[in-house]
Amino acid sequence: MRKVRILMAKPGLDGHDRGVKIVSRALRDAGFEVIYTGLHQTPEDVVNIALQEDVDAIGMSVLSGAHNYLFSRVLELLKEKNATDIVVFGGGIIPEDDVKYLKSIGVKELFLPGTPLETIINWAKENIKPLS
Amino acid sequence: MDGRIKDSLELWEKNVLEKHLQKNPESKEKFTTLSNQEIKRLYTPVDLEDFDYLRDLGFPGEYPYTRGVQPTMYRGKVWTMRQFAGFGTAEDTNARYKYLLSQGQTGLSVAFHMPTLMGVDSDSPRARGEVGKCGVAIDSLADMEILFDGIPLDKVTTSMTINGPASILLCMYMAVAEKQGVSWDKIGGTIQNDILKEYIAQKSWLFPPKPSIRLITDIFAFCSKHVPKWNTISISGYHIREAGSSALQELAFTLKDGFTYVEAGIEAGLNVDDFAPRLSFFFNAHNDFFEEIAKYRAARRIWAREMRETYKAKDPRSWMLRFHTQTAGCSLTAQQPLNNIVRVTIQALAAVLGGTQSLHTNSMDETLALPTELAVTVALRTQQIIAEESGVINTIDPLGGSYFVEKLTNEMEKGAYEYFRKIDDLGGMVKAIELGYPQREIMDHAYWYQQAVEKGEKTIVGVNKYIMQEEIPIPILKIDDEVEKKQIARTQEVKRTRDKKAWENALRELKKAATGKENLIPYIYNAVKAYATIGEIVDTLKEVFGEYKEPAMF
Repeated sequence: MRKVRILMAKPGLDGHDRGVKIVSRALRDAGFEVIYTGLHQTPEDVVNIALQEDVDAIGMSVLSGAHNYLFSRVLELLKEKNATDIVVFGGGIIPEDDVKYLKSIGVKELFLPGTPLETIINWAKENIKPLS
Repeated sequence: MDGRIKDSLELWEKNVLEKHLQKNPESKEKFTTLSNQEIKRLYTPVDLEDFDYLRDLGFPGEYPYTRGVQPTMYRGKVWTMRQFAGFGTAEDTNARYKYLLSQGQTGLSVAFHMPTLMGVDSDSPRARGEVGKCGVAIDSLADMEILFDGIPLDKVTTSMTINGPASILLCMYMAVAEKQGVSWDKIGGTIQNDILKEYIAQKSWLFPPKPSIRLITDIFAFCSKHVPKWNTISISGYHIREAGSSALQELAFTLKDGFTYVEAGIEAGLNVDDFAPRLSFFFNAHNDFFEEIAKYRAARRIWAREMRETYKAKDPRSWMLRFHTQTAGCSLTAQQPLNNIVRVTIQALAAVLGGTQSLHTNSMDETLALPTELAVTVALRTQQIIAEESGVINTIDPLGGSYFVEKLTNEMEKGAYEYFRKIDDLGGMVKAIELGYPQREIMDHAYWYQQAVEKGEKTIVGVNKYIMQEEIPIPILKIDDEVEKKQIARTQEVKRTRDKKAWENALRELKKAATGKENLIPYIYNAVKAYATIGEIVDTLKEVFGEYKEPAMF
């Protein structure tokens, strides 16, 4: 079975990349294949890269407060491209109410400040499977 | 050195300490700082064998300024209490400023929203979802006029956290002052304007390094003539630390950035003493109390020495490292948020004992959202309690002469020079950044720290120890989506109603000047006055300068 491929992404204008880089490294060290988009990507960029790279999941980090728009736009684009089997998860400074909303529209999981890396790794192992 | 102390110390270790340890071992094998620096059990005069009071410390307000930049420090005037604030529209933030000033705050500090920081207008598709979210939305002079409405610019000083588009926001501020009838020699404040740390850590960049540094030296030259009380740059370690660096990396990379700007100014033909007195710094205040204090003291001493000895500055004001401090945002926890008030207090105290000139204390709720008015008030009160109740301002540099603090200060200094050498070997800071060197050093330290937390080697109360299931709910500031609609409408109105001809001319002239070597500030000022938006000015410059692309890695 091939390795699970995850696209780690920084959508929007926000430059806070400490979290996304730490999680990327931790997932790589745990045996996942990780691709990192770099900063300042539009939702269109993120979805295009995800399709080109044939990934199984997209993990997005947003700390600028623009999470509701950015996550919902990525989900919308995946739907347009018939790629809703790609798991979308993420993290950042996201208030409780918005977490509920984002999960209700299809974000599989959101990790908030203080989450142990092990929690994220275990979640990824259980919830992301290689798509054929 | 008095040999008797060394002998007595050895005797104490043998006769007292060893016996004690046999029965009562210490709780850990190694005691380390937050930055993983090992700390000894005890510091004595033996650790300061070649200590020379006059050479290493001197007196406050005198070279090398280790004890502070003013002769009386906080006995004369306490630090400026400057809370960073901005959200929603210019009207929303204007109201918050008036509230903070009415509560005894003494300076303003503008937080811009992401689109402004990135040179993008609110009506651009790239700004969707971001308008007014993590700062105030400023697109054109029209917004800036509202932001400072009713705030006399000759009475307050204003710090603006703006980097890539710093020249544009400075010109807007100058234009507002002019409209208020305040001449430019009367306005005071700071623009962050530190692009090197953007490439290294905060990652809000516009142009590649060379034209970015040209804009910075243009500001140095323009302000030294026309806006003499303006701090033209705030060379920032804050974001380097927030990105996960150690205290030492923060110190070393920040000072090296500073020297790079000094060299750029000299290369641009400026006299060092014409611009160096207006350079200012911005450091982080993290949890490790003494390590932070040592960092500030070492920073002052290194800067003074290099400015005098290496860059041949003659004006003592060029030797003085003046700095703003903000408590560490990354140290705050979403879990048990009230604990953050205590963290901020310890951090703020370190900044004060380290001799800061101004201070922002974070609010307890900032890992959840922008702060509420209640949370900001507690943060401001924290500073007022330190200043007016604790008694720490009564004497200057109260920790000066502590064996521990002096030794730690020396070690910080030594470590910084080692980093300077490594960066020089790579060909200087700009080259090092292009190679991704400081970025990787910071990333490695951040990853080490995260793993130390996971293993429980470093404690975060409420996160990896003393965990509670029940969270204490605290109220959160929400930015209404109406803000975005309102802001887009205003910016489009500005674009519709401005004098088209003046606007076109100003942008055309700016583009022409950018291709040459002239100082760009007067051209940017004209564009601002013609109500060109930040996005339009930045796009015009990008046509000439190009865009920066990061070496993306993890």
